[in-house]
Amino acid sequence: MEQTAPIISFKGVNKVYSNGTVGLKDISFDISRGQFLVVVGLSGAGKSTLLRTINRMHEITSGEITVEDESISDYKGKALRLLRRKIGMIFQGFNLINRSSVEKNVLSGRVSYYPTWKTIFGLFSKADKEKAVHSLARVNLAEKLYTRADELSGGQQQRVAIARTLMQDPKIILADEPVASLDPLTTKTVMDTLKRLNQEDGITVIVNLHSVALAREYADRIVGLRAGQLVYDQPIGNVAEGDLDQIYQTPEGAKA
Amino acid sequence: MSTPTIPRRSWAQRYHVKGIGWTVLMLVLLVASAQMTGVNVGMFFSNLGQFTNLLVRMSNPAWDYTTVIIQPLLETIQMAILGTTIGAAFAIPFAVLSASNLIHNRWLRGLTRLFLDLVRTLPDLLLAAIFVAIFGIGSTAGVVTLAIFSFGMVSKLFYEVIETIDMGPLEALESVGATKITIIWYAVLPQILNQFISYFLYTLEINVRASTVLGYLGAGGIGVFLQRSLNEFNYNQTAVIILATLVVVLVIDGVSNHLRRVLL
Repeated sequence: MEQTAPIISFKGVNKVYSNGTVGLKDISFDISRGQFLVVVGLSGAGKSTLLRTINRMHEITSGEITVEDESISDYKGKALRLLRRKIGMIFQGFNLINRSSVEKNVLSGRVSYYPTWKTIFGLFSKADKEKAVHSLARVNLAEKLYTRADELSGGQQQRVAIARTLMQDPKIILADEPVASLDPLTTKTVMDTLKRLNQEDGITVIVNLHSVALAREYADRIVGLRAGQLVYDQPIGNVAEGDLDQIYQTPEGAKA
Repeated sequence: MSTPTIPRRSWAQRYHVKGIGWTVLMLVLLVASAQMTGVNVGMFFSNLGQFTNLLVRMSNPAWDYTTVIIQPLLETIQMAILGTTIGAAFAIPFAVLSASNLIHNRWLRGLTRLFLDLVRTLPDLLLAAIFVAIFGIGSTAGVVTLAIFSFGMVSKLFYEVIETIDMGPLEALESVGATKITIIWYAVLPQILNQFISYFLYTLEINVRASTVLGYLGAGGIGVFLQRSLNEFNYNQTAVIILATLVVVLVIDGVSNHLRRVLL
């Protein structure tokens, strides 16, 4: 497989929380454009932190992260919002606005293309309203346009969240444990949708997963985190059956 | 069959020392405060006769007085609606600024809360007296008083509601690249709107009752007539006013109960 230019690059990134807990420790690696990267590791290994440093939902303590060859650390205000606009994010808890319609939820993914006052009055262009229908159609939920979000099942809610992300025209999608609260069948639908967006639109997808089996099924490349450190990094072709056991060793076991 | 070993409770746990201790302490405080403030419970019972006397004199309501009080009663309701609406509208931005999950700046939050505490400290009767002095006798003074009174109360109720919301949608909107105001509009407002309405109606109900008292100070509404009937010892008219106010409060209570059921 030929190596394309990196879209995201970590250079010696450290993250220490204010209470002294080490979140990330000396992380350096590149993510190439169009890759489907899966991050595996135990709870508390730093997977969520790693993901959230890319769209600056979490700040880093030292080191540098570049997105499309630009250092993102100094972004403020509008520049930060524009960075976030091109990076979609999907959450374990779906994070939809439950009392609002599916349409409003999906359109909320587009707000960063409008001035604040227009978003308040809901003045979305006709083209964007059509885009919302189109985004929903891509996750096979167009008929739910006017349904209230909390009337949908978990798997449907996660697909609405994906449609919301599509409204951003993202170059990158970050998915933080997107299937952790879903059953096996809906898990497959959601993961297939992410894979399709990755292949059809060339969106770089970074997914945090607990399940090694899922990681092996969908990833182009798997990286492993343990206690905030990058302990594993292989393209899927090189991933062997027993490899991932070492990632899941407890920190105590690793030291022993 | 072997009985499972149950962990032993300590002596204090077994005899509920804590619960009994607190109850005794509360009783002691209660008796002590009654004595220090000179409340004479005996007097309450010995003078109960006068109270029954009053009730007897009210027991024959002058129903024809109803036509006289309808207009001022409507004015009272209008004052309450106006005051509550103005107060609640101003309360929203202050509630947002006081909510610890939205405003991370401790100083800004503290300052806003201090201001709200100050507003709540001012009793409504004092406010009415001040505004009657400023605006003269009439309903303007009443509306302003009710607006400030509702503002203080509603903003506290509102920010406590805001602090219980699910933060997930806020995170999602932030990750989309939305501005702070858009985030509040899209992710906070839909979550709190129903409870806002519920608290608004509750405040309205309180304000209807409060405005009867405010009329005493000349702040308009039914209270003026309440005072007049009492001064003239026309207890049969007083009875009509009380019953009419009761009807209004019951109606508002019914409406707000219904809305709450439909909305929540």
